[in-house]
Amino acid sequence: MFWRMIIKTLIRQKSKMLMIAFTVVLGVSLSTAMMNVMLGVGDKVNRELKVYGANITVRHKDAALMSDLYGLTEGQGVNDKFLYEEDVLKLKSIFWGFNILDFVPMLEGSAILRFNQKVIGNASLMGTWPEKNATLSTGEELHTGLKALRTWWDIQGEWLNEDENNAVMLGKNLASQNNIHVGDAITLTQNGITKSFVVKGIFHDGGNSDEKILMTLPAVQELMNLPGKIASIEVSALTTPDNDLARKAAQDPSSLSPDEYETWYCTAYVSAICHQIQEVIRDGVAKPVRQVAESEGTILNKTTLLMVLITILSSIGSALAISNLITASVIERSQELGLLKALGAYNWQIALLVLVEVMITGLAGGVLGYFLGIGFAQIIGQTVFGSYIEIARMVILIVAVILFFVTLIGSIPAIRYLMALKPTEVLHGK
Amino acid sequence: MSRKILELKNVSKIYGNLKALADINLSVNAGDWLSIMGPSGSGKTTMINIIGCMDTPSIGSVILDDIDISKENAASLTRIRRDKIGLIFQQFHLISYLTAVENVMVAQYYHSMPDEQEAMEALEKVGLADRARHLPAQLSGGEQQRVCIARALINSPEILLGDEPTGNLDEENEGIVVDIFRRLHDEGVTIIIVTHDPEVGDVAQRKIILEHGKIVDDIDQSATFGEALKLRHNN
Repeated sequence: MFWRMIIKTLIRQKSKMLMIAFTVVLGVSLSTAMMNVMLGVGDKVNRELKVYGANITVRHKDAALMSDLYGLTEGQGVNDKFLYEEDVLKLKSIFWGFNILDFVPMLEGSAILRFNQKVIGNASLMGTWPEKNATLSTGEELHTGLKALRTWWDIQGEWLNEDENNAVMLGKNLASQNNIHVGDAITLTQNGITKSFVVKGIFHDGGNSDEKILMTLPAVQELMNLPGKIASIEVSALTTPDNDLARKAAQDPSSLSPDEYETWYCTAYVSAICHQIQEVIRDGVAKPVRQVAESEGTILNKTTLLMVLITILSSIGSALAISNLITASVIERSQELGLLKALGAYNWQIALLVLVEVMITGLAGGVLGYFLGIGFAQIIGQTVFGSYIEIARMVILIVAVILFFVTLIGSIPAIRYLMALKPTEVLHGK
Repeated sequence: MSRKILELKNVSKIYGNLKALADINLSVNAGDWLSIMGPSGSGKTTMINIIGCMDTPSIGSVILDDIDISKENAASLTRIRRDKIGLIFQQFHLISYLTAVENVMVAQYYHSMPDEQEAMEALEKVGLADRARHLPAQLSGGEQQRVCIARALINSPEILLGDEPTGNLDEENEGIVVDIFRRLHDEGVTIIIVTHDPEVGDVAQRKIILEHGKIVDDIDQSATFGEALKLRHNN
């Protein structure tokens, strides 16, 4: 009888129930879209911010110590401390290897630059992987390189290829000051070795790199007589914004309890990734590039706050609209509901009847709203980030809980009205 | 001698400065057929609301089947009403989207368990078995009132309580409804009817006249009871 009454009421009040369902559809679709974007936005924002370069640098521990203690970026104890190129690919083997998007080894040096038989002077060299394609031990194909980490560079000519050891790229200032153009030949001399190189491209970085010469790593290693050595590694990783746990761990991971350590280690905090990098890079110390990491965190936190606010406001709006609609419906049916009381129904039985009607309507609206919300999320993903938003399953649970409480809270005024309803007031037409 | 099914002792109902009922004393035996008459505002509806456990007196006590219902809370009153009272309304108050048999089953559902067969038998008793699958809008006023009576009877109440049960009916349907009451009375059902209609009031075994919240007359119509019914039946 209960379900017969529910079904018949839903059919009879279909226009009102459709209005309630429509309200739920709007609220749930907005919440679903916002939450999916919110949960997926971390990666998207990280990828967007990747254009600003690496967010982690790895250096030799002694060089890092000198830098931390004395602010030294060159000299003894800094320039003569090296990491091993053979360790670099191990970065992809760490727990959060999948989050490491791009990375390059760097080796700096200097050499005497000659152009048109004329000595220009001592030039700074940057050896790296302009491009790197490799197959990892896991079978995964790796495609990385500086090209992916310097997306903002303005290039005249072309980028160096992976094994182009006889070509260089010049910083814009160095090239313009010495009237060197793409296609010209230069010579570099160091440690008694003189080599000729073709200028394949001129880059504009906007920083002090514009004074330098970019070369392949083997070319610099040969000139500097440092085979297999690198000075640092630049890493671009997808990270989770720091929280108190991450900050505590960054100070001293050994201060964490076993549970805290597990949580921290298995979350993509920049400090956790740095810690794991240090586990695979011999003598290496990994440090976040604070400006980039903090920008990511700030943008992510603000975006998340915005999404949460929109979700809360849409939920409140839905609850208010549902409240009005249900109250209007109950007032309209007060005679029928008063009759049920007169026939012996307890208050809770009538409240249950109304709540189940509303919940069924809400559920139908919720399912429709959820799928609509996924559509909205994809539109937002395509419009803002140019890619699809990954659908988070946990949103179903969150939306279900929000829907339940929004419907329940929206029903409170109607239920209060029902409780106070006296059969005598509605059955005698008074 | 019949047992006392209902007793009102010094019952008053006061709304602000208005005394809707003033010091009412009344006893009803099981199986009695009582009509309550009086002009508008005399307190008839207030009295039936109190007897029907839908309201409580301000002063005095109401003993229904040995339970003092004036001391009970709302939930207990609901339970007592469900178990002991069958309500008939002037405006029928059938649920518009349920069929006649489903309207009867609603009362079963809130009492115990819906039983369609039993609900059909109740409709048969009021001569509406063939209209069981019709919606209220497809029934005449008289038929709707008979569904209302079937609904009131389905849980075998101690008292059948009618508030102007023939108020919205034409003479023919009024006759049918009164005839049903007669049969129920013969079966031993206690009937209390509030009515404006002197003809309906006259066919009861006993007639109470209310004025300004007080019983001004309590007429025993036992002597003319059968005759009035017969006369009404022949008409």
